[in-house]
Amino acid sequence: MKVVVCVKQIPDPADPGALDPETNTLKRDTKLILDESDSYGVEMALQLVDAAGDGEVHLVSMAANNEVGGLRTALAMGASSATIVSDDALGGSDALGTSKVLAAAIARQEPDLVLAGTESSDGYTGVVPEQVAELMGLPSVTFAKSISIEGGEAKIQRQTEAGYDDVECPLPVVVSVTAGVVEPRYPSFKGIMAAKSKPVDELDLDALGIDAAQVGWAGAGQEIVAVDEAPAREAGEVIEDDGDAHERIVAFLDDLKIL
Amino acid sequence: MDFGLTDEQEMIVDTVRAFVARELVPHENQVEATGVVAPELVAEITQKALAAGIYAANMPAELGGGGLDNLTMAMVDRAFGFTQYALHYIVARPSNILQACQGAQVDDYLLPTISGERVDCLAMSEPDAGSDVRGMSCKATRDGDHYVIKGTKHFISHADLADYVILFVATGEEETARGPKKLISSFLVDFDTPGVEVVPGYNCVSNRGYHNMIINFDNARVPASKLLGEEHRGFDVANEWLGATRLQVAAISLGRADRALSVATEWAATREQFGQKIGKFQGVSFKLADMTTKLTEAEMMTYRAAWKMDQNTMTDGDAAMAKLSATEMLQFVSDEAIQILGGMGLMDELPLERIWRDARVDRIWDGTSEIQRHIISREILRPLGA
Ligand SMILES: Cc1cc2nc3c(=O)[nH]c(=O)nc-3n(C[C@H](O)[C@H](O)[C@H](O)COP(=O)(O)OP(=O)(O)OC[C@H]3O[C@@H](n4cnc5c(N)ncnc54)[C@H](O)[C@@H]3O)c2cc1C
Repeated sequence: MKVVVCVKQIPDPADPGALDPETNTLKRDTKLILDESDSYGVEMALQLVDAAGDGEVHLVSMAANNEVGGLRTALAMGASSATIVSDDALGGSDALGTSKVLAAAIARQEPDLVLAGTESSDGYTGVVPEQVAELMGLPSVTFAKSISIEGGEAKIQRQTEAGYDDVECPLPVVVSVTAGVVEPRYPSFKGIMAAKSKPVDELDLDALGIDAAQVGWAGAGQEIVAVDEAPAREAGEVIEDDGDAHERIVAFLDDLKIL
Repeated sequence: MDFGLTDEQEMIVDTVRAFVARELVPHENQVEATGVVAPELVAEITQKALAAGIYAANMPAELGGGGLDNLTMAMVDRAFGFTQYALHYIVARPSNILQACQGAQVDDYLLPTISGERVDCLAMSEPDAGSDVRGMSCKATRDGDHYVIKGTKHFISHADLADYVILFVATGEEETARGPKKLISSFLVDFDTPGVEVVPGYNCVSNRGYHNMIINFDNARVPASKLLGEEHRGFDVANEWLGATRLQVAAISLGRADRALSVATEWAATREQFGQKIGKFQGVSFKLADMTTKLTEAEMMTYRAAWKMDQNTMTDGDAAMAKLSATEMLQFVSDEAIQILGGMGLMDELPLERIWRDARVDRIWDGTSEIQRHIISREILRPLGA
């Protein structure tokens, strides 16, 4: 079984750098790390391949300058190989531009299953997995909390507000994995030593056959016009208990439609 | 000269930091309060460390260990040094000396210790033989294809968690120009051997939850096949493998100092007295300057010795200088950190009083600071015949 996992490499949230004042996008000139929300997809893929008894996990990432800092972490966790797509024309890509690139890179792998995080920790658009599925003509299942492969089908528990849906789906399928549903393994020392010698395929737009006008600033359908500081949190309401505090809390929660 | 970390070293250190933060630090208060690491927690941490592939990181990869070189191992020990030793210890680092195992000893001791099924401890010290280890009175007498061991070892770390001991005993005496000299041999002794008894040792101010034990040998019969290395050559085996232990003490001291320094720095940058941050007072800021300088000195010396060990050029003096400078640095840094915090530095809400207490043993075990100076000075003067 071949599982492709989309992984985003992001600036370290502990040292996030700055916004480019001209483009209002994050400067990505620092070292990039594996987005934590993708580590769950990597872990799930490794578990599925383990359970299948054979197969491999391939990573696909798009980043500037063939950056592989974050990919190495996922390779050290146990993925077999990776594709990194870099091209000067990709700067400024919006979610759809990114999805076009990922879809083309994933298609080359002919996977049985494609996993992605539900959203990245730096951009939070939360639409890439579904766009990739659409572009590849594959079914899309979102918010998976567990996946198993049985009889050539994917059986997925899809998290909902009330609980979860049981979904069965033919392969290949693109599944987005909810953060926190598995415990990502630590990259082992042996895995770390081996990571450097694992194959990483470096591709550009030409290699993928993508027209530069369709992606990057040129193809972006969105423009970030301004970025503002989030307003400071307002002080909450303090309820003094005069004997009826519980009722007022219930009324408050009722108003919010939480109860 | 390249002082940078390789990509692999960076990832290895990141992994250890994450493991320490997630799996060890949350248990610190409990261990400090109770003085024990609950057996279930020992088992849980062992399993997690094995699963993460960081157990026995110092052992060769082909034997199932982490396969790290000494320099990277020093970085790993430093990262573990962030937390308490009782918790760190569980992510085991079997004694390097086990690599001297031969024949059946490999399957009986070396491999199961690397895989976490067995746990080793090491015994040289005795009530009447500390720095002067060769003065030991515990002895083994040959009897057919067995040795009969009699005597007492004390201060034996984590013997309560171990199931066998790498034991050093006298097996004879030779005449030298400076009088009779004891011949020392090393044995692998299972704790279930009749005549071997492990009893609790003393309560120690440093490293709560990490216990030292007393081991009594009352005519314990041990097969000759348990001899580690050759008879009478116990110190050769020790000298070949135990230099790494001094580097470990040095590297852990760096990690403890990292933590103390970061607490003190944050305090200096935020605590206000007399209408300003206390870090603005030179009396405080110069302390931070000295602490950082000494930490960097010790780091250089420790990494240099570890690097030389990887090149097979480390001398006893190199390891001794690393241990001496790092442990004395930690005494200074932990004490000054408390001074910067004032009264709060002594309270167990923060890790400083623990680091300060724990630092004390590091200038005593694995060779006191005086013995390290002795080693360094002998290396300088011996070639001159002095
Ligand atoms: C918590 C703890 C755990 C330990 N764990 C182990 C263990 O697992 N296995 C083990 O074998 N040992 C262990 N030890 C023993 C440790 O290695 C010894 O404590 C150490 O070697 C010093 O011996 P001593 O305590 O008997 O002090 P002594 O040797 O009696 O020293 C007393 C003082 O005299 C000084 N001194 C001695 N000789 C000289 C000299 N030639 N020149 C100058 N000064 C000198 C010393 O520096 C020291 O200041 C442990 C000790 C402690 C405290």
